[in-house]
Amino acid sequence: MSDNASKAIDTKDPGELLAPTPGLSGGVRSASKHDSGPKHVAGEAVYVDDILEPFGTLHLAPGAATIAHGRITKMDLSKVRSAPGVVCVLTADDVPGVNDVSPAHTHDDPVLPDGIVQFYGQPVFCVAAETREQARNAVKLAEIEYEELPAILSVKEALEKQQFVAPPHVMAQGDAKSALARAKHRRSGVMEIGGQDHFYLEGQITFAIPQEDGDVLLHCSTQHPSEVQHNIANVLGRPANAVTVEVRRMGGGFGGKETQASQWAALAAIVAVKTGRPAKMRLDRDDDMVMTGKRHDFIVEYDVGFDDDGRICGLDIQYAANCGFSADLSAAICDRAMFHTDNAYFLGDVEIRSYRCKTNLVSNTAFRGFGGPQGMVAIERIIDEIAMTIGRDPLDVRIVNYYGTTDRNTTPYHMTVEDNVLAELTNDILASCDYRKRREEIDAFNAQSPVIKRGISITPVKFGISFTTTFLNQAGALIHIYQDGSVHLNHGGTEMGQGLFIKVAQVVAEEFQIDLDRIKITATNTGKVPNTSATAASSGADMNGMAARDAAIIIKSRLIAFAAEKYGVAEAAVRFVPGRVIVGDVTELEFADLVKQAYLARVSLSATGYYATPKIHYDRETASGRPFYYFAYGVACSEVMIDTLTGEYKVTRVDISHDVGRSLNPAIDRGQIEGGFIQGMGWLTSEELWWDDAGRLRTHAPSTYKIPACSDRPEDFRLELWSSGRNVEKTIHRSKAVGEPPLMLAISVHRAIADAIASVGDYKVIPMLNAPATPEAVLNAVANVAKGMIAQSHDAVPAAGE
Amino acid sequence: MTKPALDTRDDIRFLFGNEERRLRDIDPQMTVLNWLRLNERKTGTKEGCAEGDCGACTVILGEPNSQGSMRYRTVNACIQFMPTLDGKQLLAVEHLKSEDGSLHPVQQAIVETHGSQCGFCTPGFVMSLYQLWLDGGEDDRGAINDALAGNLCRCTGYGPIIEAARKAGGISATDPVEQKRRSDIATRLSTMVEGADMLALEMPVGRYFAPRSSDELAALLVAHPDATVLAGGTDVGLWVTKMLKRLDPIIYIGDVADLKSVREKDGVLTIGAGVTYSDAHNALGMIAGDVGELVRRIGSRQIRNAGTVGGNIANGSPIGDTPPALIALDARIALRMGDIRREVALEDFFITYGKQDRAKGEFVESIIVPKPAAGVQFKAYKISKRFDQDITAVLAAFAIRIDGGKVVEFRAAFGGMAGTPMRAKKCEAALIGKDWNEASLNAAQLALTRDFAPMSDMRASKEYRMLVAQNLLTKLFIETTAPEIATRLVGREAAHV
Repeated sequence: MSDNASKAIDTKDPGELLAPTPGLSGGVRSASKHDSGPKHVAGEAVYVDDILEPFGTLHLAPGAATIAHGRITKMDLSKVRSAPGVVCVLTADDVPGVNDVSPAHTHDDPVLPDGIVQFYGQPVFCVAAETREQARNAVKLAEIEYEELPAILSVKEALEKQQFVAPPHVMAQGDAKSALARAKHRRSGVMEIGGQDHFYLEGQITFAIPQEDGDVLLHCSTQHPSEVQHNIANVLGRPANAVTVEVRRMGGGFGGKETQASQWAALAAIVAVKTGRPAKMRLDRDDDMVMTGKRHDFIVEYDVGFDDDGRICGLDIQYAANCGFSADLSAAICDRAMFHTDNAYFLGDVEIRSYRCKTNLVSNTAFRGFGGPQGMVAIERIIDEIAMTIGRDPLDVRIVNYYGTTDRNTTPYHMTVEDNVLAELTNDILASCDYRKRREEIDAFNAQSPVIKRGISITPVKFGISFTTTFLNQAGALIHIYQDGSVHLNHGGTEMGQGLFIKVAQVVAEEFQIDLDRIKITATNTGKVPNTSATAASSGADMNGMAARDAAIIIKSRLIAFAAEKYGVAEAAVRFVPGRVIVGDVTELEFADLVKQAYLARVSLSATGYYATPKIHYDRETASGRPFYYFAYGVACSEVMIDTLTGEYKVTRVDISHDVGRSLNPAIDRGQIEGGFIQGMGWLTSEELWWDDAGRLRTHAPSTYKIPACSDRPEDFRLELWSSGRNVEKTIHRSKAVGEPPLMLAISVHRAIADAIASVGDYKVIPMLNAPATPEAVLNAVANVAKGMIAQSHDAVPAAGE
Repeated sequence: MTKPALDTRDDIRFLFGNEERRLRDIDPQMTVLNWLRLNERKTGTKEGCAEGDCGACTVILGEPNSQGSMRYRTVNACIQFMPTLDGKQLLAVEHLKSEDGSLHPVQQAIVETHGSQCGFCTPGFVMSLYQLWLDGGEDDRGAINDALAGNLCRCTGYGPIIEAARKAGGISATDPVEQKRRSDIATRLSTMVEGADMLALEMPVGRYFAPRSSDELAALLVAHPDATVLAGGTDVGLWVTKMLKRLDPIIYIGDVADLKSVREKDGVLTIGAGVTYSDAHNALGMIAGDVGELVRRIGSRQIRNAGTVGGNIANGSPIGDTPPALIALDARIALRMGDIRREVALEDFFITYGKQDRAKGEFVESIIVPKPAAGVQFKAYKISKRFDQDITAVLAAFAIRIDGGKVVEFRAAFGGMAGTPMRAKKCEAALIGKDWNEASLNAAQLALTRDFAPMSDMRASKEYRMLVAQNLLTKLFIETTAPEIATRLVGREAAHV
């Protein structure tokens, strides 16, 4: 990527549209409906498993290890091979190329392990049969023996034994040690934060169709088609051009289909190439939950110093993350947790240490927020702890610690926060949600209600936008205009439900000033736009929108030059207005007519577009730079009720004001905010991952793993896209990324539950609430606060459970 | 005793939309979902979990009702076996668009409210909303929650879908066109299976019998004592989809007419073993509000539409939600083998984990529930990680009568505290005859530790189970002595639909 390209885009700032362009159907700012909506509701949207299977399609099923760590001493698959319908059985020996699908070239993610099992449930062989049922039945006939090795099943144990998948990393500003020593008040503690299963409704799936020359076409449910392509080429021992990956849509992704799709794609591809028959690998839900990575669980240890106003003046914090058996994206995820230690707060002198622990559990991976949520939930608990220690309202302590706009505005990674809008956002929500008045009402309620207690909390979100691995911040697009003026749009981003396709199409509609229905949104395909980055880091619309706009501008410039020459006007006199093109005062044409004329005049109507995010740079050695192009902000206020006899709770009201800049599509953005919030709430409340002593995940299906259901959505949910939002950076139409940031608004729920628990001890004992706050965790915290009240000394605020 | 019908037929007859189907040679344990997707290539219905928990596979089954019209019910196609469609109408998402290609009002409403994101769960939501629409529509949030409890969405956070439910409205029960449509369908279905013999599929892969009377059922079970008795399939379905079991033969009790009645006589409720939760809901809810709420929370609407009270008892789950409540109510069950009938107290039916007092060839005919006597207060509490569609960690059910400040009657039963649903007899003894005060409450709580030694698992630790069980006694104490104090987050109002 040359600097020139991004400068070219820079000079083409899309400008300051405040509202949809009149007369244009489906340009930017319009609340256009999801392009697949009518197909979704009719059951006509095609997911990978819905593609009509060609004759002879084989179906795959994985065979799982039944120990957490050990050596395979015997693997007798003869009964599997002779089972009805079985066509082939794969083991590590059948991988024709490199037996690895690790995303960061750490070479520790085998397609099938060669001799050593590293977690309970790891696929050790794979069956291909005429039907899926036959494949699943055959799996049961394997005879495998192991020599067990010691297994590390907790992050605590891995940390003690210094088992890591990547080296520890430190980030610092100033001198945390002496700042802590000087601090007027000081608190330390430990917080345990659970992981989270993605629970995309469509499980992992790849359908591989063999092509000539031993090539393969993969229909894969993945957020990262290019990575799947490159991984599968390696696995097959073929060049990248032998593999094509196509993704029309996913039934949800949330980060779980970024790196986790490769293994299943690899198995399907191997079978397809080996047998010459189409091969489909669709994981059963239980296998999916057991065999694929999740959000990292963390243990956070902290030591914080603060003054009488609750202003933080020193922080020493340490993260230990459960990465599982391999590195996957853990290094970047743990980095992002470090980058979000501050959330919205100026931490001053700070030292952040991060340990990437290796365990004999499934390898954890990307999940919406990518480590950010873990960093932020910890600092929010710390803030509450500070507030209780000095007897202030937690909101006031938050505000006093907010980044400044002119000073107190450098992050622990030495980036200046230039776009801070939190003070305004917080003021706006304070006015609309009546926080102070409700706090008084809650106090009155709690005073007369011995069993049911209410709690409330406001928490902010500041989330850094860009891949922190700088080179990933690039995107490409491809646009064709056909002779009838219809437009074919393609780009490297994938559609997982987030509305990326419609947003990018709106950008193109706006650029050409044509109605949205003139644009065909087409499946992501590595044959059309190559070398793409994952649709991740909330960057989809920012980057692909810009790349598509770049392609549109290239074609548009050709059309303008053509029209100017043909009609003898200056280029500046050629203007695109809704549906039409005005050529000076000479003529006015339909868009399609201009296109037809240009074709006949031999003007190219196809172009690729490209975008690389400007301004960003980061030096990981010194842990300093500007890893983020800008920040997305939001504030949420949540109110809950808890039952102090059972630990059950209910979220009764939520108010959100979120900054999406100038929204490309307010309906889609609202959907992202609401959905992200509820998903974050699930992570912090009912979603609990539970492994038994053998390292076996026992919450591996919706019967045991509880994501929020309809009734968990708060009765009273008030959401506003912040009306003053505008990206100070020249992003696509001054919008802001919205995929991940809202998830962390749900931290307010966790803090509101803690607030309700604190009421049991008259706010004099700090509830050391971990995550997820299951009813059991809440009841334990209630019990500890009650005990703390009994044990309370007069000169210190005790923390329950310490 | 009546002999089983000698005449049988071997084709499954049902309406697929408006199209009549007669299927032979179909694996009796093929699921409706697999038939739709693999045989019919109707891929609108999705597999999300294959265990009846996510609702992506929701379809609607229609059955003729006693008024010559149709009753429509959502079920999870992933755990419903094909032969159970016999005599019914199956509606999948593909059936909703009108002939001119326009979307149905519920589909249109979801599009307009931006109620689909990834779209994978959407067909299931469409079907649950279609059910609401067929029932006349719903505006109340609680009722919408309940209708959608069995449909998981990971993208939207549910808000737009709730809005769509309200926006879509519903068809009026008195709409003449709809009335005629329903009675026509009912007539067609009745004609299709009228006078037809018992459905009996005898395939090399397995056999399936669907007796029409309990006499036929009794005879079949004597002939096939090892048969799997299939009711709603909400448990048995998973034996097939998850454990990959071959069930042979299957004897389906869903068509046994005389097991499908709920009768009340002299304050005693008799519920046939084939009665679904949905059909028992009203009657059980009349016993006490908490029983109704418990039934509501036993599972999603799809599960309650299929699952039966009898099945919940017969499968002997240690956490079966109704048994503790029924034990506290001193329910009995009627068992039958051949012509021999006997009754047993429900609490004695559960012997130990995985073992019930039921001989081979014997089946549960009905559940007999005496209504609590005047003055008895009945309270039940279900504790789980999520309020709706979750399996219980601890369930407590109490029947208590207080007279003059003294506990004169007390039955306490728990689920999730032992290998079976069980009475807490030491706890009961600690209270009966005592003043209902904090001291006796504490004694009863202590006694619980002698009644139970719960275990730790993914739902809760043993410590939490015991603490909650004790706290639920506190809750009972508060609710019976200081009813003005708020003690419930959900189910405050007596919940029976």
